[in-house]
Amino acid sequence: MSEIISNSNATPAIFSKSGAAIDKAKAAGRKALIAYLPAGFPDKQGSIDAAIAVARNGADIIEIGIPYSDPVMDGPVIQAATTQALENGFHVSDVFDIVAAVTAQTDAAVLVMTYWNPVMRLGVDEFARRLAEAGGAGLITPDLIPDEAGEWLAASDKYGLDRVFLVAPSSTAERVAMTVEATRGFVYAVSIMGVTGARTTVSSAAEAVVAAAHNAGAERACVGLGVSRPEHVREIAGYADGVIVGTALVVALRDGGVAAVGALAKELSSAFDAPLDTPSKTPSTPEATTGVPQ
Amino acid sequence: MVDPATAFLQGADAQHVAPEHSLRHAPGPYFGSYGGRWMPESLIAALDEIETTFEKAKIDPEFLAEIADLNKNYSGRPSLLTEAKRFSEHAGGARIFLKREDLNHTGSHKINNVLGQALLAKRMGKTRIIAETGAGQHGVASATAAALLGLDCVVYMGAEDCRRQALNVARMQLLGATVVPVTNGSQTLKDAINDALRDWVANVENTHYVLGTVSGAHPFPAMVRFFHEVIGEEARGQIIDQIGRLPDAVCACIGGGSNAIGLFHGFLDDSAVKMYGFEAAGDGVETGRHAATITLGRPGVLHGARSYLMQDEDGQTIESHSISAGLDYPGVGPEHAYLADLGRVGYEGITDAEAMDAFKLLCRTEGIIPAIESAHALAGALKVGQRLTADAQKAEDVVIIVNLSGRGDKDVETAAEWFGLLDENGNVKGTMLSTRTAKGAAPGAGVMDSNAEDASNE
Repeated sequence: MSEIISNSNATPAIFSKSGAAIDKAKAAGRKALIAYLPAGFPDKQGSIDAAIAVARNGADIIEIGIPYSDPVMDGPVIQAATTQALENGFHVSDVFDIVAAVTAQTDAAVLVMTYWNPVMRLGVDEFARRLAEAGGAGLITPDLIPDEAGEWLAASDKYGLDRVFLVAPSSTAERVAMTVEATRGFVYAVSIMGVTGARTTVSSAAEAVVAAAHNAGAERACVGLGVSRPEHVREIAGYADGVIVGTALVVALRDGGVAAVGALAKELSSAFDAPLDTPSKTPSTPEATTGVPQ
Repeated sequence: MVDPATAFLQGADAQHVAPEHSLRHAPGPYFGSYGGRWMPESLIAALDEIETTFEKAKIDPEFLAEIADLNKNYSGRPSLLTEAKRFSEHAGGARIFLKREDLNHTGSHKINNVLGQALLAKRMGKTRIIAETGAGQHGVASATAAALLGLDCVVYMGAEDCRRQALNVARMQLLGATVVPVTNGSQTLKDAINDALRDWVANVENTHYVLGTVSGAHPFPAMVRFFHEVIGEEARGQIIDQIGRLPDAVCACIGGGSNAIGLFHGFLDDSAVKMYGFEAAGDGVETGRHAATITLGRPGVLHGARSYLMQDEDGQTIESHSISAGLDYPGVGPEHAYLADLGRVGYEGITDAEAMDAFKLLCRTEGIIPAIESAHALAGALKVGQRLTADAQKAEDVVIIVNLSGRGDKDVETAAEWFGLLDENGNVKGTMLSTRTAKGAAPGAGVMDSNAEDASNE
């Protein structure tokens, strides 16, 4: 077990799809845009169409979230969307179809974001096997810390999947180091102490979390939670390897459908084209002040 | 040295059982393969802080003296051990003794835990506590401790539970707490915990989450048990004083399982003492409308711990059902899951109807109105008594302790409705007395502004 646990993002043996997507963006002179969308929202095909639209409008990595009955890390917007998906009859096995469809039709790396119990219920190894078979890149696990992840560390090595763990403003240096060590792909830097949801500004804590991850040896650290606007994207691009947007995309999909979520992805990915040192608090382009619901 | 993840995978029983095979004082984070910390990274630092503070406090004579003083001079401990002689006649003639947690200040065992945690919150420099509540007993206890120790208090309570336990909502408000009705999901205890966790992650700097039961991430299961161990310790001493020996069995109701683990702890190493935990079987376990987590659940993770869980084939939590708000929870504390697997404690379901029959029986035979939660333990004790006396030479040689975990004042409306004492308007039949409207007031009038400042100050 110990040699498996010590396998890290520094170990070249296993190819990381999400890492490669971030590196590709970097080679193109920008940072990665990582887009979260819930599986089965507004319905199964709708979530596939939305993910494809987002990928074709500049998202490098797609996170497909599994709707769960007790989403303690999610704010009201994502809770409402995932509750609707469950009411519409979403089943966990649908996520593999969604991943396969998006992987087949786009170049994006497709991660699944999931609370842990659905994985445990299916069986960690079986879940990993089916995710790999669908072409998925790996998992983001908001309520699984590396301390409890022995089974997942083994399964992700076995099937060559990325394992994206979270680090938070409250994480000690020791925990950041341990988490970076367990991670493959990128470290998910939680920008703020709180749940998902659009916020007016990005917490200043985010930069420190990214720095801590980099200092601990993380090759890639991406910032999520509260990121919703082009100016946020520009600001975070100044210090992180990627920017994770969720709630704002879900709002766009909810209110304007596939076209709107594609347009928002375009707007957010275009923000990388602006100079990275654009002052964050001063919107410098007209589109920065419009179009993104809070 | 085996790391925690590996130990978990291997089912780390051996590592956590003391050499003398004692089941008492299990320290966590793992109880067999259960327990642990299935929590967002954002909260790990707070859990570490609680663990460190608790581990220091529980061996600090000053802290233990503070707890002992509050238990004695504020809660009214030790709680009595009352022999229920007329009730016993219905248990095959076994002698049933009631551990009277209903006589504690605030009317249930919950005060034991909140006083301990509120003191820890002060030690950590927190100025605000939050809590979830089902029946309202833990919320009332938390509001009480907050008032006593000068802490702000916010209580999350499912909207459905607010309706079922309106009196306790008012009690919390009178004590100065803010009650937040939770309208997500099933609008009961599990959803209240979800919202409390969301609050905690955003406010963890100044806020302690006073979890009300022996579930959740480490150190909560071991810590909450620690503060309730007094129940079993007292009961053990009291029964020896009264009859000169240990009981044959102890019985308690199980939602998350805090009153039960408190009572059981005193007897865990007395292998001759049988132990029974009674879960809420609601309309009957065969109907699917129940909260019999250990009876019918399977292992999973919820709210930070691996334990038995009511879940569907996708791992989605199944909504539980019980007439008792305090047992209406689809999970159970991890130490109970472990004790169930070991076979040390037998867990059985009690239906709403069985519980309410026992509720009425205790009222009529002993002059004690129990909480509906506790009525599940009473109903179970009747069955256990009948079973054990069937095998005994003399029925009165069978001695059973039941944890009467709370009093039933909060349940009067539910019980009145159940027993047909109310008319369709909620009035007590044959009178103009309403359980829902203040005397002489129009419907809706006299409702306290939920979060208004307490106007009775000064």
